[in-house]
Amino acid sequence: MVIDCEHVWREVSNYLDGEVAPELRTAIEDHVRGCKHCTAVLDGMRNVVELYGDERMMEVPVGFSRRLHQRLEADMSPSRRTFLGWAVAATASLLVAGAIELARSSVFRSPDLRSEHSRTSNHVPPDMMVIVAQEGKTFHVAGCPFIHDKAQLRTISAHQAEQEGYAPCVRCMKKYLDATASAAPNRSKEAFGG
Amino acid sequence: MAASTGTLEHAAQQDYERGLIQRIRDGEHEAFYVLIRPYEKRVYAAALALLRNDADAEDCAQEAMLKAFKNIQQFRSEAKFSTWLIQIAVNEARMRRRKQRADLIEPIEKDQGEEGTYSPREFADWREIPSEALERKEVREKLAEALSSIGQIYREVFVLRDMEQLSIEETAKALGISTASVKTRLMRARLMLRDLLAPGLGGPWSRDLSFAKGVKPW
Repeated sequence: MVIDCEHVWREVSNYLDGEVAPELRTAIEDHVRGCKHCTAVLDGMRNVVELYGDERMMEVPVGFSRRLHQRLEADMSPSRRTFLGWAVAATASLLVAGAIELARSSVFRSPDLRSEHSRTSNHVPPDMMVIVAQEGKTFHVAGCPFIHDKAQLRTISAHQAEQEGYAPCVRCMKKYLDATASAAPNRSKEAFGG
Repeated sequence: MAASTGTLEHAAQQDYERGLIQRIRDGEHEAFYVLIRPYEKRVYAAALALLRNDADAEDCAQEAMLKAFKNIQQFRSEAKFSTWLIQIAVNEARMRRRKQRADLIEPIEKDQGEEGTYSPREFADWREIPSEALERKEVREKLAEALSSIGQIYREVFVLRDMEQLSIEETAKALGISTASVKTRLMRARLMLRDLLAPGLGGPWSRDLSFAKGVKPW
């Protein structure tokens, strides 16, 4: 089978995608070997596919993820606090917890607790594997977008995390935090064997 | 071996996503952030390629993610979440284009002659653009500029197939066209982009973009 340049141009894209029959494939390769123009077309097209297919071509504007999460948070359940609200509330409670901790440190020594929240978090299943950051105060479900200091992460059980003084993330562990207000006390007892 | 490893990874990924989707359906909304995180860039890239405007693309991407969340109950578990999500983004972007009447503004002549033969330009000084060049912002911008200069029908096929890495069948389904049309348009898109970029780095392409002045090189 002998084909001309026009035939090659029509099929070169399918050829790159492996969408041509073996006979045509051989014919294209035979033609390209002896045709400078078609070699340049094939190489150029291959280059285009490789360049545009590169991850680096997919950039998002600075702050894209943050704005996306704010929008989702606001629209998922309008009655709930916004992301900013949560951030402010979490920061405020951490500050308060820190202040209390400082004030009481001479009387009630509890150096192992990284956050005041740790004390009320024992309704998270103790054997659940969670992620903690070395310098962080909270523990997370794997993949939680609120994990900070991603360079130094450890995967440990929720029980160990609590023992080390980490508190559950108010975002990814919310399910267990919400449980506190309702039927959680009973369930937490079961979870910890009473 | 490589193929079977890939299939295994793919199956594991799909299982993981199914688990997350079930958690979202059960009311654990936070799991949605985990689910969409790997695809944020892809959704934005699809929206940008179709709308060609940063602000519109971001708004469209947000809206698409929100629609995905609201319609998560309708997602069929045998489907691929990424393809479903990209399709929502494409639909959203197309709807916006219709509202903006962008299709009317786009030069019509670019979309004509889809079935005709396209003759690629001949370049004596052909030089390959190495992928390392993508580290340079101006190179990425030139590529984006070249992409935005080709006709809409070619751009959307190219973006879904070559950037989003959808299969020909998935691309056809997402755009509501035949696989034959996908192949034809993809061929044209790749050839046009090759012609726009082929002179290579350091060549006339990087110094003086002819299409930037409104002159079509083809």
